Amino acid sequence: MIGVELVKLARRPRTWAAIGLLCLLPAVVAVFLATTRISPPPGQGAAFLSAVLQSGSLYPAAALALVLPIFLPIAVAVVAGDAVAGESAQGTLRYLLVRPVRRTALLVAKLVAVVVFVVGAVLAVAGTSYVVGVALFGAGDPVAVVRALPEVTGDDGGVAGTSPGGQQPASGPGGSQVGSSDAASSGAAGAQSGGQVGADTGDSTAAADPEAARERAQSSVSSLSGEALSPTDLAARLLGAMGYVVVSMLGVAAIALFLSTLTASSLGATLGALAALITSQVLVSLDAAASVTPYLPTRYWLAWIDFFRDPIFLRDITAGLWLQAGYVVVLMLAAWANFTTKDVTS
Amino acid sequence: MSAGDAAQRSSTRQHRLVIETRRLTKRYGTRAAVDDVDLHVAEGARYGFLGPNGSGKTTMVRMLLGLVYATRGEIEVLGRPVPARVAEVLPEIGAMVEGPAAYPHLSGRTNLGLLDASGPRRDRDGRRRRDRVEEVLDRVGLGAVDRRPVRTYSLGMRQRLGLAGALLDRPRLLILDEPTNGLDPHGIREVRDLLIELNAAGTTVFLSSHLLAEIEALCTDVGVVDRGRLVLEDALDAVRGPTGRLLVRTPDPEAAVRVLGRAVAERDGETLVVDATTGGPPAPARHLVERGVPLDGLAEQRRSLEDVVVALTGPGSDSARTPAGGLRR
Repeated sequence: MIGVELVKLARRPRTWAAIGLLCLLPAVVAVFLATTRISPPPGQGAAFLSAVLQSGSLYPAAALALVLPIFLPIAVAVVAGDAVAGESAQGTLRYLLVRPVRRTALLVAKLVAVVVFVVGAVLAVAGTSYVVGVALFGAGDPVAVVRALPEVTGDDGGVAGTSPGGQQPASGPGGSQVGSSDAASSGAAGAQSGGQVGADTGDSTAAADPEAARERAQSSVSSLSGEALSPTDLAARLLGAMGYVVVSMLGVAAIALFLSTLTASSLGATLGALAALITSQVLVSLDAAASVTPYLPTRYWLAWIDFFRDPIFLRDITAGLWLQAGYVVVLMLAAWANFTTKDVTS
Repeated sequence: MSAGDAAQRSSTRQHRLVIETRRLTKRYGTRAAVDDVDLHVAEGARYGFLGPNGSGKTTMVRMLLGLVYATRGEIEVLGRPVPARVAEVLPEIGAMVEGPAAYPHLSGRTNLGLLDASGPRRDRDGRRRRDRVEEVLDRVGLGAVDRRPVRTYSLGMRQRLGLAGALLDRPRLLILDEPTNGLDPHGIREVRDLLIELNAAGTTVFLSSHLLAEIEALCTDVGVVDRGRLVLEDALDAVRGPTGRLLVRTPDPEAAVRVLGRAVAERDGETLVVDATTGGPPAPARHLVERGVPLDGLAEQRRSLEDVVVALTGPGSDSARTPAGGLRR
């Protein structure tokens, strides 16, 4: 059944359209950056955007930062929200079930197909953005890459004013910095970081979210050490970041898939999942909701940036993995309980 | 109820039952979509499940297939309880439920291939799978269909495609919900011939329809459902039994009326309906011949299925007629 679901996924034009669009956004941004050579001040705009001018081989990381807040969750929610509800609305669900396909097997196959889609989408984004980045900005020599990052930070450290500036990522930012970057991780995910590419907002006028995002991005970039990042090291960090982004998206997929078993409207399931994410973003940036913040699905979304710290800062990454695992397990159990006992009347 | 019992007795005597339900009830809220139904479908039968729209036919079909769970009552299909062991019986059942469905962006052939591949893992060989798909496409008259996506199919073609899907595993039992919906008269006849052919080869056919003529033309047994209740279940021949009246066609109806007197119950042009029990001569046919009244035709009057059904059922639940006869809206 898993094979059948994968064939369905692959033969669906929408799948490729979604992946194409996901790859297109970073490419468009790259073209603008490459033609104008106007980089956003480090820390402003999506993470890594200022660093890629020096080395295109970092562009996959910048591309992840671009698609993670909005595009990727939407694509995942569309595919996962459609998984069961789409079959239901089309009427094909009843024919699958009387074939017979056991309901549990169908749900597992759907989940696997969604996971494959997420992995494929992230790989496609990283792959195309690597090609685009290297083509437009040059591969940069691995040493140059690493040297470039602190340089940029150094240039702009004073300008940004907030200057987390620490060369020691874990200890440097200190308590307050950790706190604000925590809030930032979801603030940026909250959909603003893509929109504020190139936006010239002062600290005072910036809304809480962009500011937080900026701090987070800046701290992540500026905290890179000056030691050499070998190509394998860079590749490993990128893979880690991609893996973490995939896991973050699994939480979205689980929400959408669960809702998909509740309704015969794919749109309803998709929008429901997005509504849950937006709610989570809002609450994460709300101090008054601090008591629930650690359990919100988007809380650790930006923790993948920690893969580019030296040494890799694992606390938030680990917390994020556990949190997403919890969401996936609980929601998939709920989806299973609902789907296996419900009347299929569509 | 008594009709149902009679059917059960007559059919269990000769055949095993492939579908049997006991006091089957499905409630949605307070409304009973299926209400206390005892259904009996004998092996080898062509069973017509007849009822107006909204009378619970589709809910019944869905319960038989384990798609919808009963509120109360028991279901046995092919000797096994449903839904508890439905996964064991479904591989032997071909089904169409409430119209065909397919992935609109794929061709009919690809759709069938996917459906086939979703099935029980008996035979993973690619070539045999392709052969199976071609075979059922041929059977339903879609053998020459090209690579157009199903989106562009007519309703009739989709219906044929759905039927092809139901035939994929050479099922022992076909459960078909309104299978000729959307077909032209030619297509309806083709499907009917196909079902009779399959039935002759041993497949039991359970078919639901709101079309009397379809069931009358195809089925050996009939169950009539009205507002969720099974109001009649019997062999079609028994339902369409003689009324005890004679149909007499004569070029000289005046003479016939004079001869038969009060026995003429109705007169319609040259055709007389003669009821020998209400008086008049006991053997009207012989009487007419002896008196020299010319006869063109002489036949037993049989009940039509329509008369029986109309007498047993109310208006369909999609009717918006108020009891007084005026339209509600």
